Amino acid sequence: MKPPIEVNSLTRRFGSFVAVDNISFAVERGEIFGFLGANGAGKTTAIRMLCGLLAPSAGRAYVAGYDVKKQADQVKRHIGYMSQRFSLYQDLTVRENIHFYGGIYGLSPKALQAKTTQMLEELDLESSSHTLIRDLPLGWKQKLAFSVAILHDPQIVFLDEPTGGVDPITRRQFWDLIYEAAHRGVTVFVTTHYMDEAEYCDRVSIMVDGRIEALDTPAALKKAYGAGSMDEVFVQLARPAGKTAK
Amino acid sequence: MKRFSGFVKKEIYHILRDTRTLVILLGIPIVQVLLFGFAITNEINEAKIAILDHSKDEVTRALTQRLLATDYFLLEENLQSQADIARIFQAGQVKEVIVFESGFAGKLQKEQQAHIQLILDATDPNTATTLQNYTAAIVMDFQQELNQQQALPASITTRSRMYYNPELKSVFFFVPGIITIILMLLSAMMTSISITREKELGTMEVLLASPMQPAQIILGKVTPYILLSLLNALIILALSYYVFQVPVKGNLALLIGESVLFIITALSLGILISTVASTQQVALMASLFALMLPTILLSGFIFPIENMPEILQWISHVIPARYFITIVRGMMLKGAGLDILWKESLILVGFTCLFILISVKKFKIRLE
Amino acid sequence: MNPAIQISGLSKHYGELQALQSVDLSIAPGELFGLIGPDGAGKTSLIRILATLLLPTEGTASVLGKDVVKHYRFIRRNMGYMPGRFSLYYDLSVEENISLFATIFGTTLQENYELVREIYSQIEPFKDRKAGALSGGMKQKLALSCALIHRPKVLFLDEPTTGVDAVSRREFWGMLQNLKAHGITILVSTPYMDEAGLCDRIALIQKGNILAVDSPGGIVSQFERPLYAVRAADKYHLLKSLRSYPYAHSAFSFGDSIHYTDQRGAFAPESLLTYLEGQGVKDAQIEPIQAGVEDCFMALMQRHETSH
Repeated sequence: MKPPIEVNSLTRRFGSFVAVDNISFAVERGEIFGFLGANGAGKTTAIRMLCGLLAPSAGRAYVAGYDVKKQADQVKRHIGYMSQRFSLYQDLTVRENIHFYGGIYGLSPKALQAKTTQMLEELDLESSSHTLIRDLPLGWKQKLAFSVAILHDPQIVFLDEPTGGVDPITRRQFWDLIYEAAHRGVTVFVTTHYMDEAEYCDRVSIMVDGRIEALDTPAALKKAYGAGSMDEVFVQLARPAGKTAK
Repeated sequence: MKRFSGFVKKEIYHILRDTRTLVILLGIPIVQVLLFGFAITNEINEAKIAILDHSKDEVTRALTQRLLATDYFLLEENLQSQADIARIFQAGQVKEVIVFESGFAGKLQKEQQAHIQLILDATDPNTATTLQNYTAAIVMDFQQELNQQQALPASITTRSRMYYNPELKSVFFFVPGIITIILMLLSAMMTSISITREKELGTMEVLLASPMQPAQIILGKVTPYILLSLLNALIILALSYYVFQVPVKGNLALLIGESVLFIITALSLGILISTVASTQQVALMASLFALMLPTILLSGFIFPIENMPEILQWISHVIPARYFITIVRGMMLKGAGLDILWKESLILVGFTCLFILISVKKFKIRLE
Repeated sequence: MNPAIQISGLSKHYGELQALQSVDLSIAPGELFGLIGPDGAGKTSLIRILATLLLPTEGTASVLGKDVVKHYRFIRRNMGYMPGRFSLYYDLSVEENISLFATIFGTTLQENYELVREIYSQIEPFKDRKAGALSGGMKQKLALSCALIHRPKVLFLDEPTTGVDAVSRREFWGMLQNLKAHGITILVSTPYMDEAGLCDRIALIQKGNILAVDSPGGIVSQFERPLYAVRAADKYHLLKSLRSYPYAHSAFSFGDSIHYTDQRGAFAPESLLTYLEGQGVKDAQIEPIQAGVEDCFMALMQRHETSH
């Protein structure tokens, strides 16, 4: 069986600028894969290609077994996506948002009903199901957004800085959700600026100037770079990139 | 002062660097004028005319020949008497009747003056006015040539009479309308959008947190648009003058002055909108629907105010554009001056003061 | 010495929402003071009130000895302010942005070059580039240069490091340390708990309430229970087992370990290891550790929530 994410020599150019430069890696089923890098290192471009939103200039990538270039529609159907910037409609209620996304992915009304009940219960949001999203605390929004992103049981979920600005307790509750999903076999692909969250991942890749400079388990990376924390590893790797500011 | 000029410079950079918008801003007036202009001029081709020559001398014959030598006119009938005029207009084919007075050549010789009467079917006012102007222009040409051969200058005067639509809601009246609409659109919309854009981008927050006074911020943002709008007004005037021969009978300097006044009225309305709107989208909607439509529909630009239901006539009193259209029409077409238009001008000054007063009251020195 | 910033009984309500609830705070001249808390805690409201951009609902605040409501003009002349969002002109170049803000404040870049040199020199090679085309870290340096151009006595920075990568964040904090040496009072807010240690003093803020104010060392010394780091290969399983332990007081993931506190006064780590072994976690290791600011924040958050 193909791994959920398989990337071979993936490259993306914008004019003469190479945003993503020949990257290759594979992510296993149920793995929590941390995708780190400095601002402007090419993370967002890479994620957009993997989600079928941007065609690669060269190289191949398979997500959920589909070619991201030729089968973008299939890719989109089999992944979940959540970003800090956009996830839920602020002017719809909790329930309306769940139904809307369920509808997009073609869930049957019966399945959707069951899912909604289950989700509201898990998130302890039953009493707030008719609350507008904009009236929910940020932490709840993010947890709900994650649950909605995996509503259609995707094999893979992409999380782009899901916990930015969230309080420390809710941040950990959010990671509990990630762990649970991974435990059920969902592959989690996550970016973050919190370096302690990098330690929560099974494996971590660090992108510098469009290339993947390091990829391993947090423990192995710390050992290889003689660092006490992922923060130090990150700074050691990304510092040169920060100096040659773009 | 240095603070202010630095701020204006920044605003000019914004405008110049947004080439797409700039092209639209300067392109809209040109396209509008050309559209309106050519929609009319296209009709003037081989228009049917009739001639009633009471004189039948060498000069009237030469002038008739000259008129018919162009593509504009086609002789339908040589009329014999004044009574034929009503008949031929009712038949509906002929658009213009040219009447030469009796003893035309003789009068030109002895009194250095002779009269031509133009009688026009003004059911289609656009065509009527254009025909009238074309005829007058050809007669003028002819007169100049005539004078080159003579010792004493003679003048042929044309007098026009409009049948059916004596008030002549003519196409020339569109040019003042277009100037008004465009100045309103540019000034009000662009200022309100450029101020709300700063709110949206968060730069207004930084400006508020600086020692800049609200009046400085507003003036700095508005100044470049006064110039841009004035440039637009001049482009429209030049286009209508050179391409469509719309006259400017009044004082040009005064007309430009009045335009600046109206631009400031519209700008202050734009500022007023921006004090209420918090996003560019709201500002755009407010300018378009709350401002543009009433301006087009209720200012007398398209529909004569005197034909409107009474309630709409009342509403039209609070539309600044109404007064500016009156001013521009009066100045361009009738050659009116401040002695006649002082009331309208004063009303515009009043509107401007009111808008600025409300804006200053409503402008927030803080974020809420 | 008079405080640079004095806040007493300050509240801010937006309709039903209480963004700040009777906040008291005093910040000394030349202090680098951190306002630490998650989004929605009230950091931005507090900073905007001090920056004279919002009116308080109740209470008073003064900056440099002047009331934020009455003397807003004086404060605006003497403060530097960097809002949470990048708020410079994207279509102007780096140099044009700088000189615009210089003229607004009636000064020039040359006049205050010495203050901003360290920061501005890093972006000066790109002075002709449009601000919109800068990378995140460089935008931040430009914004800071603009906020400093008039040599302010007090500097308000609202979440300057949010969304910025770890490397740029470090550099930014380095710059703040240097500014402190110029005697500028700095109030900076951040959601990143690990930045707390770089401040002279910090206030932990959550849901409009100040949970604690002290030096970072003072804050962590207030942590009441002994704290342990527990490690095992299968972290998910370890976390579940710890949470189901009847004597567990708290168990939170922290990097590669789980921070654990026990309900009992006398806690023997061996008893926990025995329990974990029974749960199938054979390779667990446990060691006592010193609490960090984030541990304190979570403990205070929980205590605050149960007391309300």
